[in-house]
Amino acid sequence: MLIIGELINGMYTRIAKAIAEKDKATIQKCALDQVKAGAEALDVNCGPASADPISDMRWLVETIQEVTDKELSLDSSRPQSIKEGLKAARNKVIINSTTADLEKLKELVPLAKKHNAKLIGLAINSKGIPHNKDQRLELAAGIVTYCVEQGFNIEGLYLDPILMPLNVAQTQLKDILESIHEFKLLSQPHPKTVIGLSNISQGAKSRSLINRSFMVMAMAEGLDCAILNPLDKKLMNAVITSEVILNNKIYCDSFLEAYGKIQSPL
Amino acid sequence: MAQDLMLEKWSGKISTVTIGATIADGGTRKHSIKIGGEKSLPNLFKEGAIPNKTQIAFEIWDAPPTDWPDELNKIYGSYYKDPITWAKTCVEKYKATCLCVRLQAAHPDFGNKTAQQEAQFIKELLKAVAVPLVIIGCGDDSKDSLILPACSEAAKGEICLIGSAVQNNYKTLAAALSADGHNIIAESPIDINIAKQLNILISDMGLPLEKIVINPTIGALGYGLEYAYSIMERARLAALSGDKTVASPFICFVGQESWQVKEAKANAEEFPAWGKETERGIIWEILTATALIQAGADLLVMRHPLAIEKINKYIEELYQC
Repeated sequence: MLIIGELINGMYTRIAKAIAEKDKATIQKCALDQVKAGAEALDVNCGPASADPISDMRWLVETIQEVTDKELSLDSSRPQSIKEGLKAARNKVIINSTTADLEKLKELVPLAKKHNAKLIGLAINSKGIPHNKDQRLELAAGIVTYCVEQGFNIEGLYLDPILMPLNVAQTQLKDILESIHEFKLLSQPHPKTVIGLSNISQGAKSRSLINRSFMVMAMAEGLDCAILNPLDKKLMNAVITSEVILNNKIYCDSFLEAYGKIQSPL
Repeated sequence: MAQDLMLEKWSGKISTVTIGATIADGGTRKHSIKIGGEKSLPNLFKEGAIPNKTQIAFEIWDAPPTDWPDELNKIYGSYYKDPITWAKTCVEKYKATCLCVRLQAAHPDFGNKTAQQEAQFIKELLKAVAVPLVIIGCGDDSKDSLILPACSEAAKGEICLIGSAVQNNYKTLAAALSADGHNIIAESPIDINIAKQLNILISDMGLPLEKIVINPTIGALGYGLEYAYSIMERARLAALSGDKTVASPFICFVGQESWQVKEAKANAEEFPAWGKETERGIIWEILTATALIQAGADLLVMRHPLAIEKINKYIEELYQC
């Protein structure tokens, strides 16, 4: 399971303030806290309030790279901002993200190929959010087809079924879980799957419980990667336990502690 | 049409354990040996680096073995009462590059030697031979907890491999070896979950994972060899995928297991179809060893000099591939 830590995001007031004031220490601590908690990659998002998302992305990448060599997920809907992040990046990179729209694919797939980056593909297009499994599969198939045509390594493609909040789209969640399984049948070698976990509990009570319950169910469907809050200890313990139950990690009595030892040092 | 080999790319690697300290390293050994370090499944030389060959340690005891068969007694019987000469013979006559000494004389049924006596014996052994040493207890847990720390101190600075730590008896040994700079053997009963747990427990005692050699416990050919093979394979797959808690080299007690099976010991009169007993045991030890090399064994503890000679040749040929 590839865990991408979600906390370096300008959506959070503390991070937005740190970006605005170019406060390196806050960003670097946030990066290291997440790595220590088990994140193998870090999401980097300037947030909606950023006055200059292009230079902010560059500053964030440079700031984080000073303290860790973990993979960076350059998170922006603007290709220009992602390009700037790529220029500054020494660490490995995940491009987060392209939609199923042709103009986005045309711009981002070659970029991912050129930089040997992973690519997150959202099952969404300019017409809006899909409402059922078939629409999700159609959009995902479009992304897979384009990547195959362009010779992009499908094993580096992470398809996101677009996770909807439980209190908004309760009827869709079973479809979303099934999409995770069915996305992987779209090609051979199969694409990988990713979710932005915290979406499921937006606006709800008991967020941590909802997050970890869905996470476990998604892992049972074959989920490969999640963008989540690694500082949520109960969530991380549920992830580790699921890895053992799915036989991805060898059981031992200290299996929770063992996970920390498996992780490479900072 | 040319066929490309399907090669796995692994993210993990097996740790490298050095046994023996030369003068340059602060010890008195003429050479040291390195085991482990693989970045590939066993013997897939094109898949990833395999920097160190499988090594063999000659097994000697400090008390006369009572259950060794005639084929071994013929070779070593005259040294049973003089383990120092036994050790020297292995090194000088049979060109042993590593010795594994079992401190059987400490066992309550085999002489009940004290920790002080065993420590003295180790000191004499280190003076008599200059090869790296593997030191094994007598198998009685409470006695081993006394003699092994004493021998660890006696061999301080020589970087030996000492064991065995088991799940219910690892603390005293791990603490002593950690203080004296040795490597440890972590023994689990053909059980990957316990092997992993024991490695974690030992590293929690302050002895790093890189100082651990796993004894997965093996069976000889026909006696559960395939179970050992699966455990070793499972550990290797996990280790190469990045699980550092099982990324230790393996030590396999081939001689001990091979020479106790009926096929190795029974005489030809009783089983005429099985062929000469003068050859059968040697063949059994050779076949068990080759299978374990395929499973990923890094250090083999063996007994018969002819079996060891054949296996050394086998390893040389394997590494020419």
